[in-house]
Amino acid sequence: MSYKIFKINEDLKEFMPQEVIDLEEKATWGNPKRGVMDLPYAKELIEEHSLCAGCPESAAFRYILASLPNPEDTIIVNSTGCTSLVFPHIALHTVHSLFGNQNAVASGIKRVLEWRFPDKVKDVVVLAGDGATVDIGLDMTLQSFFRQEKITTICFDNEVYANTGGQESGMTVKGHVFKMAPKGKQWDKVPMWQLAIDSGCHYVVRMTVSSPKKVEKVIKQAIYVAREVGPTYIHLYTPCILEIGLNSDDGLEEMRRTDKERFKFFEYMTDEAKEVIQRKKEEGLL
Amino acid sequence: MQKTEHVQYNRAGQRVVSPDYLLFEAPREKQFMTGSEVVKEAVKRASVDASVSYPITPQSEAAHLIGELWVEGYVGVYFRGESEFGVMSEIAGCAMAGARTITTTSGPGTLRAMENFPMWAGSRLPIQLVLMARGVNAPLTIQPDNLEISFLLDTGCMIWHAETAQELFDMILAGFVVAEQPDVHVPLITAIDGFFISHTREAVMLPPDDIALPPYNPYKSPMVPLDMEMAPGRFLRDPYVMKSNYISYAAHTSWQFEVRAAIERSRPYAKHYLRGLIEEFGDPEAEIVFVASGTAAAQAKEATLMLLHEEGIKARVVRLKTIRPFPTQELIEALRGAKYVFVPEFNVIGWLEREVRRALYGNLDVPVIGSPRVAGGMTMPPEFIVKEILQFLGKEVKHVV
Repeated sequence: MSYKIFKINEDLKEFMPQEVIDLEEKATWGNPKRGVMDLPYAKELIEEHSLCAGCPESAAFRYILASLPNPEDTIIVNSTGCTSLVFPHIALHTVHSLFGNQNAVASGIKRVLEWRFPDKVKDVVVLAGDGATVDIGLDMTLQSFFRQEKITTICFDNEVYANTGGQESGMTVKGHVFKMAPKGKQWDKVPMWQLAIDSGCHYVVRMTVSSPKKVEKVIKQAIYVAREVGPTYIHLYTPCILEIGLNSDDGLEEMRRTDKERFKFFEYMTDEAKEVIQRKKEEGLL
Repeated sequence: MQKTEHVQYNRAGQRVVSPDYLLFEAPREKQFMTGSEVVKEAVKRASVDASVSYPITPQSEAAHLIGELWVEGYVGVYFRGESEFGVMSEIAGCAMAGARTITTTSGPGTLRAMENFPMWAGSRLPIQLVLMARGVNAPLTIQPDNLEISFLLDTGCMIWHAETAQELFDMILAGFVVAEQPDVHVPLITAIDGFFISHTREAVMLPPDDIALPPYNPYKSPMVPLDMEMAPGRFLRDPYVMKSNYISYAAHTSWQFEVRAAIERSRPYAKHYLRGLIEEFGDPEAEIVFVASGTAAAQAKEATLMLLHEEGIKARVVRLKTIRPFPTQELIEALRGAKYVFVPEFNVIGWLEREVRRALYGNLDVPVIGSPRVAGGMTMPPEFIVKEILQFLGKEVKHVV
């Protein structure tokens, strides 16, 4: 429909919490040029997230939600982990169903929305951690790429199972000691961005969230390409400061450090994706 | 005010009729079909929006045929998923986005998909799963056996068990209507015994195929469809796990009770559209009673006739059409006057015997005998049932099985 679904009945307004009233009055709806620069002024689509103080994932959430070009028609699919604790605080339609099945659920949602609303753009965005995307859900992540589902998949890679107490994941760096890897991880970090390319994604990025403007651009490009061409994949480093022994104000520095090494900005796009991005630039939307 | 006839058509161009008209009043023609083929015929008349498939014997053919309906324009969305776990998640996504959905599975596929079923129920998705039961590994088996139904009993899904292809056809149509009632709105598993029903041909009476059920209205759902056409609901904004532990526990408990209560609330609808939750067959005065569902009930009916005509022994069958909700009151009433209750089953553990014992305990004092029971693909010819009864009664067994 439109952002009008957030319009509050005048007679009930006096009973509504301020954050819901703010959603109607101060959030950026119906403006594809919205972005991270709105953050200080506009009502954010996330309210009182439940992540740790200084968690880089919370920054990622805020940048992503501020960058969605079409929030009034965006459905977000998530999975189990730290991320699943955030979704209830998002003012959009979000769903958590099971651990690892997020790309399968998103495939069903996207296809039915295309069938039910042939004349409307409904963006479906998957937001899940590295355990959900690469370990338990790898099958469904890759299969959705093979099938060319028109969804954007965003992986928050903190290189660990953080919410369950710090266990080794497939994205943990080789040699790093975590629970369940008491002798250190015995094998390499999974090159998920490369798997995404090989599996048919049309736009793939690996980066940290140290630069909000850059995140905004990547998110918008990924969503525009997914809308028209096929699957897109964004791999974000959002370190778990708790599990790697950093303080609340160390997250940004950790990301800046890795910007120069294993999370050096990497971008891939197919010719079809390039065409979409070029056109959106000409339209002034990027 | 003058009343005007308003004719409505679904997206496939079929005339929309009331469920009562489609199920009970429309003229029917005789066809000769397998259970897999009647799935297609039912889906064709059900204004289905989406179906996701995966190959596993014996349900594959039914899934192929739904694909043909997609090509013909009767089904909106159709594709093959990567595994049953993936498929049941994909069909959940379809249902969450506001679609009327149906899928099919069998045996090991059911177990592969297992985590999804309580999720469907807890998410109040009225997905219909046509379950063509087969054995569960290991050792490898593809034979008929309905052990898998026992694993599904407590998933929060409704479970109906069809005896014939005809009943499967009617149950699929009735199933959408019952499962989508706003005060029910939970998944439905429409089970049959694989091969016996899916792969054998029988006479079925079908209404015309240019009429269909009214399309699903997702905005009558107790949960908000995930299409951003309505403000996000409280359940989405405030799942209980984010709150204090006490609130979380209390809320999750009441939610689980609510799912079970929703199944209970399906009783009057199921009673109407299935013409009763049970069927009684044979001499109502008979003291020997078979309680059975699905193919075991069909075999018990034959055995009842054989016992009467060849042995002069009166017996009757109480056939359960619904397993969830379990027709407890109907069963107790039907079993008054019974001297022995036999529960014939196609599985090794006797899940129906357990259910019957639980329903009767403290309500009716009658011996329940979990017999005859076959598994792993064995058939249950009526002679075999007769033999069990004669042996139990201490009579001479003339039949050779």
